[in-house]
Amino acid sequence: MKKLLLATAATALMAGSVSAQEIKIGIILGFTGPLESITPNMAAGAELAIAEVNAAGTLLDGATVTSVRADSTCIDAGAATAAGERLVTSDNVNAIMGADCSGVTGAILQNVARPNGVVMISPSATSPGLSTADDDGLFFRTAPSDARQGVVMTEVIMDRGIKSVALTYTNNDYGKGLADAFAAAFTEAGGTVTINSSHEDGKADYSSEVAALASAGGEVLVVAGYTDQGGKGIIQASLDSGAFDTFVLPDGMVGQQLVDDIGDGLTGSFGQYPGTDSAGAELFQGLATEAGFDGTSAFAPESYDAAALILLAMEAAKSTASADFKDHVMDLANAPGEEIFPGELAKAIEIIKAGGDIDYVGATAVELIGPGESAGNYREIEIKDGVIETVNFR
Amino acid sequence: MDLLNAIITLTNFVIVPAIAYGSQLALGALGVTLIYGILRFSNFAHGDTMAFGTMVTILFTWLFQSWGISLGVFPTALLALPFGIAGCALFVLLTDRAVYRFYREQKAKPVILVIVSMGVMFIMNGVVRFIIGPDDHAFGDGERFIISARTFRALTGLEEGLAIRTSTGITVITAVIVVALLFWFLNKTRTGKSMRAYSDNEDLALLSGINPEKVVMVTWIIVAALATVAGTLYGLDKSFKAFTYFQLLLPIFASAIVGGLGSPVGAIAGGFVIAFSEVTITYAWKKVLVYALPDGMGPDGLVQLLSTDYKFAVSFIILLVVLLFRPTGLFKGKSV
Repeated sequence: MKKLLLATAATALMAGSVSAQEIKIGIILGFTGPLESITPNMAAGAELAIAEVNAAGTLLDGATVTSVRADSTCIDAGAATAAGERLVTSDNVNAIMGADCSGVTGAILQNVARPNGVVMISPSATSPGLSTADDDGLFFRTAPSDARQGVVMTEVIMDRGIKSVALTYTNNDYGKGLADAFAAAFTEAGGTVTINSSHEDGKADYSSEVAALASAGGEVLVVAGYTDQGGKGIIQASLDSGAFDTFVLPDGMVGQQLVDDIGDGLTGSFGQYPGTDSAGAELFQGLATEAGFDGTSAFAPESYDAAALILLAMEAAKSTASADFKDHVMDLANAPGEEIFPGELAKAIEIIKAGGDIDYVGATAVELIGPGESAGNYREIEIKDGVIETVNFR
Repeated sequence: MDLLNAIITLTNFVIVPAIAYGSQLALGALGVTLIYGILRFSNFAHGDTMAFGTMVTILFTWLFQSWGISLGVFPTALLALPFGIAGCALFVLLTDRAVYRFYREQKAKPVILVIVSMGVMFIMNGVVRFIIGPDDHAFGDGERFIISARTFRALTGLEEGLAIRTSTGITVITAVIVVALLFWFLNKTRTGKSMRAYSDNEDLALLSGINPEKVVMVTWIIVAALATVAGTLYGLDKSFKAFTYFQLLLPIFASAIVGGLGSPVGAIAGGFVIAFSEVTITYAWKKVLVYALPDGMGPDGLVQLLSTDYKFAVSFIILLVVLLFRPTGLFKGKSV
């Protein structure tokens, strides 16, 4: 009896593996480290897309998709490379959803993804440096490069008729990357950046930084920093000394806490942060709430889109090999074709099977440009009477 | 008119901040110099003593605020200051009892006491963070400005504004009062004289019947008062964060050494020398020069000697130069 059972079970397993493929997606995010508060939601976003495809059961004629998590640490390139290596060589993943921070993403791309020829889609690496990195066509990101934010910020400022700005940034990769990108875009558009200086986070006194900024002059002050760190100190010191009245706030500086802390002085300041008015965002939030996680958490929608794009590209290529499906990612993400929103992955698979064309919109209105990165949608905001108001989408 | 604008700009961005910062440093350096002169060691825990005193003041400020007590246009912290001083004095006296007294009885060498004070520093560091947390706290309330830049522009019709914050005004006035009190105490009272005698020659002082334990106790109480006042003023003017107080140690020591360790006048002078150097060397002079020079002669560049990132380097450089060429400091303190 026992033997019979074993034999049946074995045959069943064999039969299963013959008729349907198993697809493995590596999810490599910083589950420990500076981003550990948002990465669980990002992983949940990616796994939501995977669960949706599994529920449909139609991908590549009944393939099942499983995910394997790994820790990128966000800051330790060595540990991230080892984790990525493990995913590819020991877990045999077909593609990687990740990594999160720009530094480790670059490391995994060069040390793991390229040597092994595995497709990698990052939901949150925004460094402009990744746009020009060699990637053999394997690397994409559903997050926009900060170079894009520099251009959008230039448009936001120029549209208000402002031609001369002072610029200060927090002294790290994010601040420096964004400041350089913005300075280049703004100068090219005919504006003047009177000073481009850094500030350190966590100091008590920013009066001398502000003194230098004030001396250089400019109609507004662009603060590429953080709401609870030096950025706030700079704004407070500028208002106190009467150096600047109006501030431009990029994504790191948009937060209700800042508005509450500073008060009236911030009225009239403006800025932008990633966001879209596409219906996809709301649909995704609904799905996320059903699945039991926070869909508004930063980069969770991007993670969903990254995982969905990987799976749809496999369907389009009729193959799980990175070399085959890497060329389909861009086509699927962009027009023309039928628009696909979150929750419609099953429909997308049907359309692709029938030979149709899709335009994957997803949760973040994905539009891949240039070297395979999101064009980026931004929400232009202005602070009025202590409230952050959305005035425009770009 | 342009010259006036230049002067206003300079006052707003250089002179006013430097005077406030200088007063805070001077009060801090006075504490360091008193310990060095009377207890004969460099107290590395001074920055964290400041943090501790300020923390107690903040806790009392919050208590008063919750009771609805305020000082009107002045910050409530001024009312809480005496309690902060008392709390801080109690704490340093306990530290002295528990730690320093043991080494004093052993007649330990100054260098050992310096290392001991470093240990005390780490413990105070931890205690402050444990109680109030590592975050930023802004605890100033009341009227924010004596005169704001906008009001000044409206009043004078000048292009440039001059802002003087209440905290800046309070800092300078309090510093003057505290320093005057300290000098009166050291020079006129019996206890003050015995402290100076003890500092000049310990053995002779003991022979003439001065009670060393009393001198030590009074010194610690004065140092706690100075540290709490300096810390609270700094916190009111900027913001309170345990880590920045630890960082203040360097400019404070630089001030004390530049002025001459053990010399109270030197500590005050040193505080202002360091503050003015830090601010003027990292200031971008463009705007002032554009106003001051005739049309078209103004510079295009920023005319900034050092980026503001290097502010602390300025204290270091001054410290090095003084130690190399005048080890006893500007006012003939003790050689280090």
